[in-house]
Amino acid sequence: MDLPSPLLFLTLLPLVGALCVMLGSPARFTSRLFSTALLVLTLGLLVKYNPSEGAYDFVSEWVVSSSLGISLSFGADGLSLAMLLLSAIVTVSAVWAIPPIKERENLFYACVMLISAGVVGAFSCTDVLFFYAFHEIALIPTFLLIGIWGSGDRQAAAWKATIYLGLGSFVLLLGIIAVYLKLPEGMRTFSMPDWQDAAAAGFLPVPAWAYWLLVIGFGTLISLFPFHSWAPQAYACAPTPAAMLHAGVLKKFGLYGMLRIVVPIFPTEMQVQFLNIFLVLLCGNILYIGLVTIAQKRLDWMLGYSSVMHMGYIFLGIAGLNELSLSGAAVLMVAHGLSIAALFALCGVLRERTGTLEFVQLGGLAKPMPRLGLLFGFAAMASVGLPGFANFPGELMVFFGAFGSGNAFGEGFHFSAIQIATVVAVWGVVISAVYMLRAYRSVFFGSMPEKWAGLADVATIPRYAVILLVVALLIIGFYPQLMLGYIAPSLLLP
Amino acid sequence: MIAPWILLFAPLFVAAFILLVGQRSKLLSAGPAILGALICCAISWWLFGQPETTDPIRIDWIDFSKVFGPDSPIRFTVSIGLELDSLAKSMLVIVCTIAPLVFIYSVGYMAHEEGYGRYFAGLSLFLFSMLGIVLADNFVMMFIFWELVGVSSYILIGHYYSKDSAAEACKQAFTVNRIGDFGFMLGILVFWMATGTIVFGELPDAIGALQSSPFWLATACVLVFCGTIGKSAQMPLHVWLPNSMEGPTPVSSLLHAATMVAAGVYLLARMFPVLVLSPAALEIIGWVGGITCFAAGLMGLQQNDIKRILAYSTISQLGYMVVGIAVAPVYGVAMFHLFTHAFFKCLLFLCSGSVIVGMHHEQDIWKMGGLAKKMPITFLTMCAGGLALMGFPFFSGYFSKDLIIEFAFEKGGVPAWLALGGVILTACYTTRLLWVVFFGAPRSDEAKKAHESPLVMTGPLILLALPAVLAGWPFIQQRFFTIEHPHHVAGWVPWAILALLFIGIIGTILIYRGAPKKDPVVIPFFANRLYIDDGYRYLVRWVQDGTAQVSGFIDRWLIDGVCVNFGSRLVWAVGFVFRFLQVGNLQAYAFFFGAGVIILLYFLIS
Repeated sequence: MDLPSPLLFLTLLPLVGALCVMLGSPARFTSRLFSTALLVLTLGLLVKYNPSEGAYDFVSEWVVSSSLGISLSFGADGLSLAMLLLSAIVTVSAVWAIPPIKERENLFYACVMLISAGVVGAFSCTDVLFFYAFHEIALIPTFLLIGIWGSGDRQAAAWKATIYLGLGSFVLLLGIIAVYLKLPEGMRTFSMPDWQDAAAAGFLPVPAWAYWLLVIGFGTLISLFPFHSWAPQAYACAPTPAAMLHAGVLKKFGLYGMLRIVVPIFPTEMQVQFLNIFLVLLCGNILYIGLVTIAQKRLDWMLGYSSVMHMGYIFLGIAGLNELSLSGAAVLMVAHGLSIAALFALCGVLRERTGTLEFVQLGGLAKPMPRLGLLFGFAAMASVGLPGFANFPGELMVFFGAFGSGNAFGEGFHFSAIQIATVVAVWGVVISAVYMLRAYRSVFFGSMPEKWAGLADVATIPRYAVILLVVALLIIGFYPQLMLGYIAPSLLLP
Repeated sequence: MIAPWILLFAPLFVAAFILLVGQRSKLLSAGPAILGALICCAISWWLFGQPETTDPIRIDWIDFSKVFGPDSPIRFTVSIGLELDSLAKSMLVIVCTIAPLVFIYSVGYMAHEEGYGRYFAGLSLFLFSMLGIVLADNFVMMFIFWELVGVSSYILIGHYYSKDSAAEACKQAFTVNRIGDFGFMLGILVFWMATGTIVFGELPDAIGALQSSPFWLATACVLVFCGTIGKSAQMPLHVWLPNSMEGPTPVSSLLHAATMVAAGVYLLARMFPVLVLSPAALEIIGWVGGITCFAAGLMGLQQNDIKRILAYSTISQLGYMVVGIAVAPVYGVAMFHLFTHAFFKCLLFLCSGSVIVGMHHEQDIWKMGGLAKKMPITFLTMCAGGLALMGFPFFSGYFSKDLIIEFAFEKGGVPAWLALGGVILTACYTTRLLWVVFFGAPRSDEAKKAHESPLVMTGPLILLALPAVLAGWPFIQQRFFTIEHPHHVAGWVPWAILALLFIGIIGTILIYRGAPKKDPVVIPFFANRLYIDDGYRYLVRWVQDGTAQVSGFIDRWLIDGVCVNFGSRLVWAVGFVFRFLQVGNLQAYAFFFGAGVIILLYFLIS
């Protein structure tokens, strides 16, 4: 008998960790142990996987209902492994960076591990229904974390995120069912690879409204403009590990779904037909949200909005509909996950030390907290797309892919819509420099109010947790080819 | 060849070493940095003697054919490859000769400053990035290092980060450069789209498609030129350079005078074979350069901070180089001025640093005076640099600048007259600077107590004074650059240049003779930098921040407030109904999830 897929173990690791913690084993130690094991196992899978074939590996399947075509099936290719690695790194970083929790420590750690279990499950599942269900599993502890341990107006934030994301998921579910029902009878299945095959073979006559159900459903989860307004408030109020895991990894669920479901199964003509609407929305993310980000007066809100804005680049990569721009989008998904997690981690340390994140109250903190300042500088520079960090090759490929998918130049001034959107996106790089450097200047540079003179610098373990993220960003940034071998074969268009 | 790779990566290793290990001790910061710079210097001179090549080693940075094989569906490759033609090699020599001198000088200048390790790590990072620009054989690699010099400049300008002015200045420098890079990136995209390549060497052959459409060729060239406008501080993006003087003086000398800001001109020289195909683009480039060189001269006339005067002078001289690209038949003419300027401007800045240290960190020239006797080495070397800057006969600037102006007149047009006007402005502001600082009577107690700097600082001054005087002479120039001489230029032009030079010098001395306590000439329009900085301030405050505030308001109150919260009230009402069903805390969520499952089952069963 075959051994079950190692992906099952991968999903079970954080789940068992969460259970143990819930049942009373020492929360901090258990979570650290299980999260580290998760990272080690993921790295092992990455090494074991042969990227040159680009096929699903580690496959195993338990049929739940053969008549409905539901089965708990695991399988991973290069793209899923990249996302799993992102999940594992951010989980380790988030768990190790958790400061002492005063009340209900075990529940807190269990929630964090449960989010991790949800995302790991979602990225290693090849069944659409379980893919969806794992995401839902990850959402519930996120809401609990915000609602119970959050700061500021946490009840309202948790409420809003609950309703908003619940609605989005609901729309998404309708879309998934709609696609399922379009499969010819007898071939109905929720298997993701089967959907792609059916679409490639022309058995899947998906209607346009199903496209919009999926785009709006996924779009809400990713905070596509104008369905974004849950995000900044939720991130601002969320406790640090929740913000790190949600903005860093869980949000990528929607993008992953776009790459896995929307792009391959809907005919290119249909996607091109709706391209202009899509481009307007993503320019809203980049330009309009970019401006909103500039207007923010608190660091946590600024980071929340910046993470919404950066989704625009990834959407542009998806809108480019060619292998180059899609690869760029995938690289950017990982890069953004790592950089925003690092930023939220450091932002959490700052909040813990100073009790405020308002720009007017802070200033000159690089003096009492040089290490925090240095790490924040690294993460901020990664986030504005400085070469050397993973975000830059991602943005570069998105720009070249999206720009190149437009028409060639003839006489006169002819830019196609996607080229104009690319111009807007390149300008977005200026916008993100404006808000990020402004924030950095008002927090770490300039004159320091007297009261901050005695602040302690970031402690050792959280420091290394962030260094882990920064090193990952640097490795991909210095040598992006390393990642392309994994992701590009998964993104080949028919 | 492994040597150019050592040359490129040695400073990066040094920077990483200092960051990780060396920060605690001064010796472990400055030592490796200077050693790294000296290694670069030695290799660069050795390479200079080697024949022209493109280095065969290439690192595939992004290469999809490695993933998919030769039939890759993605035709996009970015590799890190080194171009070692004569242009790159002479630029290498310039950078790697000046850098160690500035590094050594910094040991003296920064002796009593905080953040010693941070400073040398930043300098080494800068050296790495600059060498990357020089050696880049394709657009994207140049862009990568282009951004990296931007960030090292940010780090170094912000060295005194607790000072609000320095904090603002480094932020501004980075942002303004990003605006230029916006155009640069678009230019790269247009070139790639039209020709399918980003490699400099392949561009002239592949340009055919773009050549049939002069409009797009000019657009692409001008877009790439935007990068130059940002990095080389051309109008209208020049505002960051004077503010960058907030950084330590050796930084101003190396980055913001001699090398980094010249990268923009180097970029133009790199793509010169393409630029000459587009007369329209050259016309625009010439105008930008001409206006910059004249307007920056005007602004420099009325500054009082010793470093800011030199900063405006740098902008003005960069304008000359840009004009040189636009008017001359070979890029060697502009590069020649870059070459001489690198030495004399670096020297001038290091001298001003010596003055500043001697004056206990006073930078206002109206607090100085009579320093010639107290700081003789600084005085003599600074005079040599100043005369070279003015283009005084047989000093280096004389050869290179006159050549550009003559070519400008051969081509004709307004930029030529602007460049000629720049001569008298240069003479005026330079003479004013030297005269007020070194002659007359001391204007403050610091000036009375000023002292000469230590050998670690004056040594580099003396070493730099030699090339500042001699670098323009033909016997040196011939080894570095191929230049031509204009054939059809009016005979009066060289004489006009000389006449304007002497009118400028003598006129300024007459105005400032005696020892006036404060500036006898007050022209607010020049002193306030033609009000361009103020214009930007209003632009940022009212246009950028204004739209940002409005967007923020819309997002908060319209999208979130009206649409979402109203919607959620509606949902709340539904949830209120369901509350009677005793659903728990996360009722709405459970409601939607449950509803989803019910609908799913309904569809499946029916």
